[in-house]
Amino acid sequence: MDKITAWDKVQIARDKDRPTALDYIENIFDEFMELHGDRDYMEDGAIVCGVASLNGINYTIIAEQKGRDTKENIKRNFGMPNPESYKKAIRFMKQSEKFKRPIITFIDTKGAYPGIGAEERGQGQAIAKAIETMSCVKVPTISYVIGEGSSGGALAVGVADSVVMLENAIYSILSPEGYASILWKDSSRKEEAADKMRLTAKDLLELDVIDKILLEPEGNAKYDINRMSEIIKEDIINTTNILMKKDVVSLLANRYKKYRNMGGNTKC
Amino acid sequence: MESKADIPIGKWIKCPKCKEILYKEDVKEKFSICPKCNYYFRLSSRRRIDQIVDEDTFEEFNLNIESNDPLNMPEYISKIQGLRQKTGLKEAVKCGIGKIEGQEAVVCAMDSNFFMGSMGYVVGEYITYSIEMAIKKKLPIVIFTVSGGARMQEGIVSLMQMAKTSSAVAKLNEAGVLYISVLTDPTYGGVTASFATLADVVIAEPGAMIGFAGKRVIEQTINENLPEDFQSAEFLFKHGFVDKIVKRQDLKHTISDIIRLSKGAYHG
Repeated sequence: MDKITAWDKVQIARDKDRPTALDYIENIFDEFMELHGDRDYMEDGAIVCGVASLNGINYTIIAEQKGRDTKENIKRNFGMPNPESYKKAIRFMKQSEKFKRPIITFIDTKGAYPGIGAEERGQGQAIAKAIETMSCVKVPTISYVIGEGSSGGALAVGVADSVVMLENAIYSILSPEGYASILWKDSSRKEEAADKMRLTAKDLLELDVIDKILLEPEGNAKYDINRMSEIIKEDIINTTNILMKKDVVSLLANRYKKYRNMGGNTKC
Repeated sequence: MESKADIPIGKWIKCPKCKEILYKEDVKEKFSICPKCNYYFRLSSRRRIDQIVDEDTFEEFNLNIESNDPLNMPEYISKIQGLRQKTGLKEAVKCGIGKIEGQEAVVCAMDSNFFMGSMGYVVGEYITYSIEMAIKKKLPIVIFTVSGGARMQEGIVSLMQMAKTSSAVAKLNEAGVLYISVLTDPTYGGVTASFATLADVVIAEPGAMIGFAGKRVIEQTINENLPEDFQSAEFLFKHGFVDKIVKRQDLKHTISDIIRLSKGAYHG
């Protein structure tokens, strides 16, 4: 596994055949029902929200979804959320609190959509509000970075009690191309950027940004979706068991403390 | 890198907008606004605090912290040292407690002269500490933003400062403490998408550029020209994301009024 470079992982994470959130959701949960709309302006398909059941426990699902073909990619805006996706996610975070359902999020995005409408409708504020809401939602939260976790568009649904990355997923401040372009004014130095940015699961565990890595089946997740789903399912069951035993005060205090310390005890 | 801020070079300064050569003392006396074309020079954090906080009342927080250089970039650390010598600043934000027309408040001012006001660990820590002090002392907090966003040189650690600062704002809301944010030119990316837009009252300076994604990124993505007023303070106001656009010379008085008028009398 150590022979794989950071840039290799970027390519695995972006592979169009890599399983998407809905692939896992359909495999893992006994039941799943997608529910739509931000109750304000429109339905945006880049984030899928809904309710799901596993072993008799109901969950809220908030999942960034890339399309599996051209048609779905258009419907999902290539997994790049508009503000309405974040507003929908916030609506489901609050609903989770009302019904005491734990929240499972799946992160897989190139980033929030950079468009005129997105800016007009407050992309930055929508992301900020999602981060703020998730930081203090009074139910257990688990986030899975399954593919690309890029920028604030990923973090918006990733402030969780347990943040888990698949072995070949990536998580970063922005894409390696964008990073190279900003820092060195040369987007072709993307491989060097990928290496420098510490965006692999191993790096992020060392930096205390994530809590756990889930190893992928032989090759990578795309070669055995069923096995990968089983691994995630097992983690959902085990982590839920642990988090459900905590009272809400210590749950929120631990979450605050975890993010409060970000960058302060970084191992290099 | 050419700085548009009010770093003194001799006694004269050129207006970046109308190109007029201006006598610096004149500009300084007029709130660093061009007397010819009304261009707002970027204010250093020190001058911003001088304009807002009552004379001799500002007590600066000094946390004695450093970035851990999570991406292991020696050139980053030496650039920090160089900027400190050049600007006399410790980092891209100055925070403390002072009085605004006699009312005590926590005040933070970001500074574009230091890594374009970008947020890494140290900035995130100062903002979070300031919010926590506001909660502890039950004082209103006023934050002046000027920032390119999350600081690239600290990678994911910078991204996590968005979660850290936003979590602290959530606590501010629980504690019933007033938060006023003043968006100044430019405020972008991870700062827009975290604490900057989460205030109770959001003020912007006239003409300030404020957004999530940069203009160039949006143009490249959508392949069309952007509206002329796109991402200006006036554009954000029109779309409902800013409470008030306030001229620089009126800021102190307006902030003081907001502090005075926000407190409610109902204790039921």
